[in-house]
Amino acid sequence: MTDLLQPHAIGQDLVRRDGELKVRGTATYAYETPVEHPAYAHPVQATIARGRVTAMDTAAAEALDGVLAVLTPFNAERLADASDAEYAVLQGQDVGFRGQLIGVVVAETSELAREVADGIAVRYDEQPHDAELSADRPDLYAPEQVNAGHETDTAEGDVAAAMAAAEVTLERTYSTAMYHNNPLEPHATTALWEPAGDGFLTLWDSTQGVHPDRAAVCQVFGLDQEQVRVVCPYVGGGFGSKGLPHANVMLTALAARALPGRPVKLALTRQQMFVLAGYRTPTIQRMQLAADSRGRLSAIAIDVVEQTSKVKEFAEQTGVPTRMMYASPSRRSTHRLAALDVPIPSWMRAPGECPGMFGPEVAMDELAEELDIDPIELRVRNEPEVDPETGKPWSSRNLVRCLREGAERFGWSGPRAHRDGDWLVGTGVASSVYPTMRQATSTANLRYEDGRYVAEIGAADLGTGAWTILPQITADALGVDVADVDVRIGDTRYPVASVAGGSSGTNTWGSALVVAAREFRTKFGADPRDGDEASGDVDQAAQDDTHSPYAFGAQFVEARVNADTGEIRVPRLLGVFGVGRVVNPRTARSQLIGGMTMGLSMALHETSAWDPRIGQVANHDLAEYHITVNADVGEIEAHWIDEHDPYVNVMGSKGIGEIGIVGTAAAVVNAVHSATGVRVRDLPVTLDKLLPGLP
Amino acid sequence: MKPFAYARPGDVAEAVRDVVAEPNAVFLAGGTNLVDHLRLGVARPDLVVDVRTLTSREVTDLPDGGLRLGAASTNSQVAADPRVRERWPVLAQALLAGATGQLRNMATTGGNPLQRTRCVYFQDVTTPCNKREPGSGCSAVGGYTRYHAVLGTPAVLPDPAAPESCIATHPSDMAVALAVLDARVQVLGPNGERTIPFTELHRLPGDDPSRDTVLEHGELITAIDLPALPAGTRSAYRKVRDRASYAFALVSVAAVVPPDGELRLALGGVAHKPWRATRAEEVLRGQQLTEDAVRAAIAAELADAQPQPGIDSGNGFKIPLVARTVLATVRGLLPEEQS
Repeated sequence: MTDLLQPHAIGQDLVRRDGELKVRGTATYAYETPVEHPAYAHPVQATIARGRVTAMDTAAAEALDGVLAVLTPFNAERLADASDAEYAVLQGQDVGFRGQLIGVVVAETSELAREVADGIAVRYDEQPHDAELSADRPDLYAPEQVNAGHETDTAEGDVAAAMAAAEVTLERTYSTAMYHNNPLEPHATTALWEPAGDGFLTLWDSTQGVHPDRAAVCQVFGLDQEQVRVVCPYVGGGFGSKGLPHANVMLTALAARALPGRPVKLALTRQQMFVLAGYRTPTIQRMQLAADSRGRLSAIAIDVVEQTSKVKEFAEQTGVPTRMMYASPSRRSTHRLAALDVPIPSWMRAPGECPGMFGPEVAMDELAEELDIDPIELRVRNEPEVDPETGKPWSSRNLVRCLREGAERFGWSGPRAHRDGDWLVGTGVASSVYPTMRQATSTANLRYEDGRYVAEIGAADLGTGAWTILPQITADALGVDVADVDVRIGDTRYPVASVAGGSSGTNTWGSALVVAAREFRTKFGADPRDGDEASGDVDQAAQDDTHSPYAFGAQFVEARVNADTGEIRVPRLLGVFGVGRVVNPRTARSQLIGGMTMGLSMALHETSAWDPRIGQVANHDLAEYHITVNADVGEIEAHWIDEHDPYVNVMGSKGIGEIGIVGTAAAVVNAVHSATGVRVRDLPVTLDKLLPGLP
Repeated sequence: MKPFAYARPGDVAEAVRDVVAEPNAVFLAGGTNLVDHLRLGVARPDLVVDVRTLTSREVTDLPDGGLRLGAASTNSQVAADPRVRERWPVLAQALLAGATGQLRNMATTGGNPLQRTRCVYFQDVTTPCNKREPGSGCSAVGGYTRYHAVLGTPAVLPDPAAPESCIATHPSDMAVALAVLDARVQVLGPNGERTIPFTELHRLPGDDPSRDTVLEHGELITAIDLPALPAGTRSAYRKVRDRASYAFALVSVAAVVPPDGELRLALGGVAHKPWRATRAEEVLRGQQLTEDAVRAAIAAELADAQPQPGIDSGNGFKIPLVARTVLATVRGLLPEEQS
């Protein structure tokens, strides 16, 4: 148990410190880094989904005026470590998925590099590919573990016996689509190798973590950390896709190595982001619920089937939230993967929880309907006193408060469905959850400089607000005005920091900053001299292993369905969250409604239309891959309860980057069902799925 | 991007001569579609002839009560024109249903009807496409067909390998309204001027899917004329899409009900061209516009509709969706006592 920081700056809705730079267009992003005489790189990509490159005709390209280098598997240098197949660019002739990098052209202009890259003739030995996920494939396998180190399968009690004995049972299969992160700023890198010496590489890269980025590059190129600097002050969104570097970063570094002293720039096109930057696997979720007539669960089970790439395994932890969400004596969760000739899936905002709270939260709605119990009441009746998975007490769990307060604010009571002219109107609810995490590594350095407190930490601001809220935390830890504090982030010249992922950034970096601030005060007192300096590590901060830390929430949706066309519009979306203490209400609200909007997008619009015949996303640009736009969002509200959690960290914060996207899609499906009577179990909910059930 | 020459001639006659002289030349107006295609490699011209400042930007009254839209008038401008809003609301509504404010500020009257299909395979140069590369085959057949045609396609499922196969749709909203309004296209070409009825501007794939329209190389649209509608005519455009803005139509309906009750109907998102529903119009001729009559008429129009199977259950949903959307649109145009 920790005494939380006394909030002074914390809790203030300060404007973004980087806001004006961004509005004026002067914040420098990776591709825009001003460098001397840059060259431009464009990848060559495989146009088959499986096979082998047997020849590439590059002679004409190399002879062209303005072309500086053409690298292929046949002439590229050997990397120091090719053990990670995603990073082993141009190290072999095998093709594992369509769009895989098989070359790069560096030229004086980006237009020339692209034209030349697209014109290189490639000969293949093409093999039949296998790129279609289904739940009945004979080759599904259980991975050793799933993402974030979770167990693949868990079981407690006897689900089958409970299902056989229960008064009411529900068995349903749900599915979520393939999704691509699609941050506004594409994955982009400017790379420069010093022309002399042992080799020094500077990367201006769009990343969620300069230090993890550097570690991966050092591994692949066999460099010491001192030989690489990664700089990234601003990120135009990442949503997990910039959490770890992808092959494009290694390709840019490789291309720049062919031109020492010459900065080389490479930005992925939107189409390339649908191949090279990770994505969320489609999931198939078979749910089983058993309950008594009052709705008390006796069994809950989820069996997940999803995909990975044969090139590199990524196993989304979709079944994980079912393990802890509701009380039930018998429980089971399993994950099975199909390894396919497809691009490599990876992190996308709330991996695990986001898809994994779709099936269960729609199933709970179906059970409530079956039992004729209010869906909020059903959830309340299954509230666990301790974490069902670990048996530990909760650090704080306020799901019921969120549901109750949300119901009050939304106007939940009364009939849920009515008709308004041509529109069928209904409401729906679902729960949200996200684990509260803190990473093991991060260090902050704090110095007194010209009358100001300056902290340095290699943290990242993805547009989330780190530039603004880290000074708030530091100011309260020092007991000074926030206006007297600067926090510098986004450069490996600053002390090591963990990735901005798992909603752990504020929890981790904030903890290190507080340790550094306290160390500073201990060493130098309240009246420091210029140049006084102290540092702090997150591992020096108080740690609690005796409680189960999670954030919870409840989301409410009003859906309107056109009775003629089946068009779905969502005029109201309201969430109430228990996320610990909120550091900055302005940036927090932005994170929460951003997550909810992305959840709405997942419910109604987003789907990567996978063409298994060619092994490619067919709708691979933002004109055809639809993301919810302003016109689709009516009233959207995010609220939070006043939650005091002394176990999570000294700020009392739980992390807010991801919980907003969790549960939204289920709430939308539940609202559409209440409006129309049609239960859609496969995302997205689109009008074609409603038409057969309309009046 | 493939290098190309850029020309900005002094007048339209010179522009036509420039394009005629270079077999691989194209006209550039608003550029909202062509510039994307230059980047993607879908369009690979040797010469781009910029006509934006050469044709008229004016919207002018015609002596017979109609309206002439200069080819360079923008979509925003035409949609905001009080005469269009009052007398041809179906056109104003169609324009505002298309694209975004920024795009409508650039897109022109002459260019909009000539935008090319949004078929994802047409736009991806790594996949076969008979429209982009004649004879290479059609990737859309059996693929991602959600935005593809159900009308004007062969009665049997097309063979993806056949050189004539194409199930693309025309994406323009404006064009559907122009089709229902019996607009006339003024064209200048190497052989002088000619007028093409708008409903005859676009073609079905036939044996050459690479050709979207009947325009010959070097022919330039200089204006589009809207014929006058009888006083008391009502019209509307209804676009159905998953996303509320900035999305192409799944299906769309343009309907005109003159005082004599002779319904005029055009459909978007269903065919290689803006689809004038002449069969439905024929069935309704001389009949009272009741819901039952409209239902029967649209059933006749859709009798030969061919759903295309494919990813995510294909596009068979369009057939009931068209019927429902037509009914809803016409219902909104009927006088109170009939609806």
